[in-house]
Amino acid sequence: MANFVQQVVSGLASGGIYGSLALALVLIHRSTGVLNFAQGELATLSAFICWTLMDHGWGFWTAFGVTIVLSFVGGAAIQQVIIRPIQDGPVLGVVILTIGLLIAVNGLMTWIWGGAARQFDGPFSTEPITVGGVAFSKQDIGVIAVSLVSVLLIGLLFARTKLGLGLRAAAVNPVEARLTAVRVPAMLAVGWGLAAVLGAVAGVLAAPSLFLEPNMMRTVLLYAFAAAVLGGMDSPIGAVIGGLVLGVLLNLVGTYVEWVGGELRLAVALAVILGVLIVRPSGLFGRAAVRRV
Amino acid sequence: MRVKLIAFGLGVAALIVLPFPLSDFHTVQLATVGAYFIAILGLDVLTGHSGQISLGHGAFMAVGGYTTAILMSEHGVRDLWTIPLAALVAGGIGLLAGIPALRLSGFYLALATFGIAVVLPTILKKFDGLTGGSTGITLFGKPTQTGHGFQVTILGRHLTNNQWLYALTWTIGVVLFVVVWLLLDSRFGRSLRAVRDSELAAAAAGVNRSTYKVAAFGVSAAFAGVGGALLAINVAYVSPDTFPIQLSLYLLVGAVVGFYGSIWGAVIGALLIQFLPDLVHQVPHIDDKQAGPTTFFFGVVLIVLMLLLPLALRVAALLTNRGYPRAQ
Repeated sequence: MANFVQQVVSGLASGGIYGSLALALVLIHRSTGVLNFAQGELATLSAFICWTLMDHGWGFWTAFGVTIVLSFVGGAAIQQVIIRPIQDGPVLGVVILTIGLLIAVNGLMTWIWGGAARQFDGPFSTEPITVGGVAFSKQDIGVIAVSLVSVLLIGLLFARTKLGLGLRAAAVNPVEARLTAVRVPAMLAVGWGLAAVLGAVAGVLAAPSLFLEPNMMRTVLLYAFAAAVLGGMDSPIGAVIGGLVLGVLLNLVGTYVEWVGGELRLAVALAVILGVLIVRPSGLFGRAAVRRV
Repeated sequence: MRVKLIAFGLGVAALIVLPFPLSDFHTVQLATVGAYFIAILGLDVLTGHSGQISLGHGAFMAVGGYTTAILMSEHGVRDLWTIPLAALVAGGIGLLAGIPALRLSGFYLALATFGIAVVLPTILKKFDGLTGGSTGITLFGKPTQTGHGFQVTILGRHLTNNQWLYALTWTIGVVLFVVVWLLLDSRFGRSLRAVRDSELAAAAAGVNRSTYKVAAFGVSAAFAGVGGALLAINVAYVSPDTFPIQLSLYLLVGAVVGFYGSIWGAVIGALLIQFLPDLVHQVPHIDDKQAGPTTFFFGVVLIVLMLLLPLALRVAALLTNRGYPRAQ
């Protein structure tokens, strides 16, 4: 029983990381209709920037604050410079662009920082605390808490602010939004900027436990996609809950289904993606897409 | 048409002449280019002409490569005869993959195939009894290797092993190029493009959308399987690292460089995959032991091409009065 609880607790902790990256994916998908395959690499890049600033003697919170600002500006700039020229073209083009971004950012990180894994000291201690035979750390609690707070903030932004209203309007109906004086191109840039910020949060959350290296988020990206798909691709709360559910599911399957073990975790995530997309494309929390023919 | 035939003739002539001035090392590099060329031809059929994206074509190459390796090392099949079998196995798996792909479009198909490429190495490691796990399978010196890795004699001429690999790969490459050329100019090719450009209109014209989309997956995967088999024969070794996720992504770069659905450009794409690293290392102040710069420039090439593509297509449309219309 203790082992079961242990697996659930550590599953929630890794699920928090999947959920926070999934949140970034969902935000871009919802505000610009794009799946961003480079989201994981951008998150890692943010974590590297934070690490470098801390390496120059900055405290964590200052470094993190500056990273957030840089990520927002960077995300918005990428949307304006790279995505905007072809965003009205075929889907294939945008997919290939984000793949190009994935490759380029990965190469850039290897070029600048090398491929070796680095220790990253986050705000939360990774010292294990044992309660009733179940070990966890402040880092684990922090990850879950931060992912829940992020989704709350995003929810408030979309539901309660004028900016959120503009973001939704620009995504749902760009032409009419423009007629009502919503600055659609700016909204799309803000969407990418916010997603980059969420990615930065995910990267900084993941780095202490995964160790920082250019491929850190490669597999996490697939888990995050699985979480986002499970949550319905358009629902922020769905993404985070999807992430937590997936984290626990992967841990339990890995522990109790001997054949899967630790090695086939990625395959299980892929199975979740395919299963949900084929059987129930709207996921747990999404709305079914209706297409007029 | 005449221009294309002349271009084809010149291309084949160049392929025959090339090995004479080149060193043995460059010859085997060009053989590897041939393996990529074949896989990119397959990707052109799938992505360029049927409009289905695959970010996981390296996985089909892996199926072909491992089929060859396992048949050669465990079942005593000579390397040549494993190539059609690799095409069959990869093509069969491609057909199976094409069925769920019917229900996924655009971004979601990209996601699913990306997932396959990410997951593949873990599956290869899991079934290590069959695949040799992370150590892989060595083919060098196996009795099933033609010429046992040293010398091959054809029609009284002695070829070095590398010249043999070059001849083998590009003979198959040229034959398959002609096959794709004819295939895409036939009813099959026209139907594929009709489905790509408008499923509704194609269906109204009596084209069965599912059949053609699944068939495109099968053909494309079979080509990738041949490419993978030849890659395995060329390097005489397979392991999960022979077919990393990067391979799948670079194949896509290659297909895009090849002007996105034009099989004529597949050569350029294949050359780029093989020689971009060498080019990047020519740039001053770049450490040639580092993988980062090369990867970075692959990404940059892809981004720049995608941004220039609309312009390039317009130019191409002006230059040629005939050509396949492209999806908007």
